[in-house]
Amino acid sequence: MTTSRRTFLRITLAAGAGVGLAACGGTSGPKSSGAATGSATYWYLTGPPGEGIRTDTVKRFNAANPKTQITATTFQNDAYKTKVKTAIGAGQAPTIIWGWGGGGLKSYVDANQVEDLTGWFAQNSAVKDRLFPSSFGAATVGGKIYAMPCETVQPIVLYYNKTAFEKVGAQPPQSWGDIMDLVPKFNAKNIAPFSLGGQSRWTNMMWLEFLFDRIGGPGVFQAVFDGEKNAWSNPAAIQALTEMQKLIKANGFIKGFSSITADSNADQALLYTGKAAMMLHGSWTYGSMATQGGDFVSGGHLGYMNFPPVDGGKGDPSDTVGNPGQYLSISAKATAAEKATAKKFFATAVLSDAENKEWIGAGAIPIVKGTDSLLAGSKDEAWLKFVYGTASGAKVFAQSWDQALSPTAAEVLLDNIAKLFQLSISPQQYADNMNKVIGT
Amino acid sequence: VTTAPGGASRTGTSQAGRTGSVTWMALPALAFFIAFGVVPLLGVLGLSFTRWDGIGAIHPAGFDSWRSVLKDPGLPHALYVTFLVMIFSWAVQTPASILIGVFLASRERYRGVLAVLYFIPLLLSSAAIAVAYKALLDPNFGLGAGLHLGFLSQDWLGQDKLALGAVIFIVSWQFIPFHSLIYQGGVRQIPRSMYEAAEIDGAGRIRQFWSITLPQLKYTIVASSTLMVVGSLTFFDLIFVLTAGGPGDATSVLALDMYKTGFQANLMGPASAIAVILVLVGLALALLLRRVGGGGASDSQLEGV
Repeated sequence: MTTSRRTFLRITLAAGAGVGLAACGGTSGPKSSGAATGSATYWYLTGPPGEGIRTDTVKRFNAANPKTQITATTFQNDAYKTKVKTAIGAGQAPTIIWGWGGGGLKSYVDANQVEDLTGWFAQNSAVKDRLFPSSFGAATVGGKIYAMPCETVQPIVLYYNKTAFEKVGAQPPQSWGDIMDLVPKFNAKNIAPFSLGGQSRWTNMMWLEFLFDRIGGPGVFQAVFDGEKNAWSNPAAIQALTEMQKLIKANGFIKGFSSITADSNADQALLYTGKAAMMLHGSWTYGSMATQGGDFVSGGHLGYMNFPPVDGGKGDPSDTVGNPGQYLSISAKATAAEKATAKKFFATAVLSDAENKEWIGAGAIPIVKGTDSLLAGSKDEAWLKFVYGTASGAKVFAQSWDQALSPTAAEVLLDNIAKLFQLSISPQQYADNMNKVIGT
Repeated sequence: VTTAPGGASRTGTSQAGRTGSVTWMALPALAFFIAFGVVPLLGVLGLSFTRWDGIGAIHPAGFDSWRSVLKDPGLPHALYVTFLVMIFSWAVQTPASILIGVFLASRERYRGVLAVLYFIPLLLSSAAIAVAYKALLDPNFGLGAGLHLGFLSQDWLGQDKLALGAVIFIVSWQFIPFHSLIYQGGVRQIPRSMYEAAEIDGAGRIRQFWSITLPQLKYTIVASSTLMVVGSLTFFDLIFVLTAGGPGDATSVLALDMYKTGFQANLMGPASAIAVILVLVGLALALLLRRVGGGGASDSQLEGV
């Protein structure tokens, strides 16, 4: 769920994965070359700014360790999800597996495909203690740590276009009621109240994540996650789903939102071109709006805030959702020498001071404690402090639902969310459909 | 696919006495077909009786996958959408392809130039076509918004019916050139003498088209329709990139359903069951069309010529 996603490479890469696997069949695969020397392989995502920073980290490690090189291969976001799964299933996984933790990681753990790092973290407590404690939740399965948290914390943020607000003479919303009141005002001026890349489905999901939390508190989704029977029928859940459809029916979202993809960054373009006034999106979009939006960010036209409270709701307004980090796992099929190289990479290269500076320069907060002292003087200081404050000040930092749940449950979830947003199912039907897959 | 081995062996036996058997000529194709068609198919059939997430071990699960697939309300819906796409794209493509094919069959130079233009969509990959159309149909940044044409700035891919219509239109746009090519070849095979005879009898152009061209194209129509119908079962790339099955599940065809079940929800067992259903439907349709097309090789359309 990071940076830009583009769809059109998906198929070519997915097809390439199939051909690649067929070609590997019967041979020892890519591992044979590195087995003797301890050189490791590492797959990660393309797209600025993360790709360049990941590549720089690998380069630094390779320069410092000429005998144990790491070979990097990059993939486009959605293609990677399929490719890495296929490779792991075929026993051809890279040594270092980049991922999102949570339910996806659990499926690797259940198949005994990733290394248990609990013991290693106990021995190297310095590596563990410098990271945000909240980042370890999605790396932990059954009380054991299976991944090294890395990169940045990415809360979901409510962005707004200040120019659009000036045009209608309105103030940013302080509550859900304000949001509903703003909708007709913007529509009257032919500005869409909210931009949304609805075809990507997880973009719709972010709305529900916040509404569930603000109305019923973090316990509502936690019950789903814990596998409680009929957890989706919680009255707070039904209320959140009903409020969601109210906003859709009031034309709260840009016309045609269900055919807009987040992959193409068209949803961000709607915000910075002023066609939409607000957008709920991940903190990773700040960087791309700064580079693609002309003077939108540099000229101070972009506003941002945490999702406002819902009147009478139980959730703490400091709560947030998103990605508490990204995750690096080690393939259980790797040789001992490869695993040693990967661990050395984790301990010495991942989130080094140099890498942290690059992340901050790109407008992101690495998951390392005390980086707030590095923020002063940065060109994005106000934004960085806001993200740091949101992430560190959140009472509950919930992981994105589709990442937290198993891939099977996540697919049903996204499918039903798309139908809910299409108004083709009611909140009650949504709850019934979702109750059936609880615990799968 | 189903006819190739039989047809080849028949030719082989009838000519065996004179030139020696040529059955062996079918062997490379047969070996290829078995290795890359039959074997994976058997693998998929086997997988449909298992529980597998694509990563871990494969567990036998009896009829569990079949039961869950057949009970899922998504299956009849996906079948319905698949047949809608199939029928409408056939109904749009066939008349258009026949007309263009007949038009291009004449040998005037300007028609040759037009033929080159008509065949351009054939050169493009489905993914590229989908990306291009997605950009053109975008309600906020697309063609309608750019040219300020109200009727073009519909929510093309965001409304159930419009999205299905857009898919059918784009599929037709992509494949009409291919089928026109088939019809062009078919029309050029029709003996000139038939038209000359018709002209002597005083038949006009339209009468010639209905009484000579169309009946003579019977087998071409059957072949082209088989390709369209069976091909439309496997539409995946274009729809996946264009709408990803959306909005909701309005354009979620069977092949897309299979991909989502297998590679997004990690349910390889049910996905394999859907794949088997897809194969069976395809086979049934191909056989049906052959039956409808009628006639063995002994029927002649050239009696008296």
